[in-house]
Amino acid sequence: MQNAIKIHVNGEERAWRSGATVSDLLTELDIKTERVAVELNLEILDRAAFDQRQIKDGDRVEIMSFIGGGSSSRGQHGR
Amino acid sequence: MADDRLVIAGREFKSRLWVGTGKYKDFAETKKAIEMSGADVVTVAVRRVNITDRSKENLLDYIDPKKYTILPNTAGCYTVEDAVRYSRLARAAGVSDLVKLEVLGDERTLFPDTAGLIEAAKILVKEGFIVLPYTNDDPIVAQKLVDVGCPAVMPLAAPIGSGLGIRNPYNLKIIMEMIKVPIIVDAGVGTASDAAFAMELGADAVLMNTAIAGAQDPLAMAEAMKYAVYAGRLAYKAGRIPRKLYATASSPIEGML
Repeated sequence: MQNAIKIHVNGEERAWRSGATVSDLLTELDIKTERVAVELNLEILDRAAFDQRQIKDGDRVEIMSFIGGGSSSRGQHGR
Repeated sequence: MADDRLVIAGREFKSRLWVGTGKYKDFAETKKAIEMSGADVVTVAVRRVNITDRSKENLLDYIDPKKYTILPNTAGCYTVEDAVRYSRLARAAGVSDLVKLEVLGDERTLFPDTAGLIEAAKILVKEGFIVLPYTNDDPIVAQKLVDVGCPAVMPLAAPIGSGLGIRNPYNLKIIMEMIKVPIIVDAGVGTASDAAFAMELGADAVLMNTAIAGAQDPLAMAEAMKYAVYAGRLAYKAGRIPRKLYATASSPIEGML
């Protein structure tokens, strides 16, 4: 049940355990759920689903938040 | 002018100066500059959370969403798909339904891809977003954005971060006369007189970032911009005198020796 799987989080490959949820991943990464958005395989998750949705082998997770920026720059804005 | 409130999609704003949060030295300076500017709308970008260095602070720890209207933007998006995706992510991150929509057409000028912009705006309006589009100083495009449901339009004064000021006051003036929703001049302002000029033309608000963050003293410039926008608005409402080629004496001839 605690088999190791490989997932991608914010573009980086990461070892993870099967059966764990999005909430578990956020906790592990020390990310507060407020003011972040989570996209799982291009599907934007409802905050209420964080506790239920399990992350599977090969899944791509994007965890997004707000940073300093006014208008466009080519890449990283602010810092 | 206490009752001179800007209203967009039923939301009331106190300040007619809106500010970005990029390019500051640190979050403390960002926070202070925003305070000095008096702005109550603050735009932010949507990016990946840094998962390798969790010691990094969060911008919203410094800018209280209860105190400011947080306006997420789609800065850096070059396609309709990306702009829509970033808008949805911003909403999912839970600050509001507002989005400053950018669909860019070119990396060197950062000019908007107006066809893509209209398309993205249409999709997002249908999804219930309050779409504030960053657009060119083109009155026809501005009208099309209103037609698809944008409750305000944000034409540029000059390229983003260029500091060139109001390059095409006549187009902006036509937009302000033709378009029946609030007009927020976004991008290109370099110094206080540019902001005052935009407001004198009849802009409902001005949004800027680099002009403040890139100034040698950002906090002083933030304050200068506050007064410039305020003065420009007052002057617009006061109604300026017409331009004349020759002098008109302001002292009476009567009573002279």
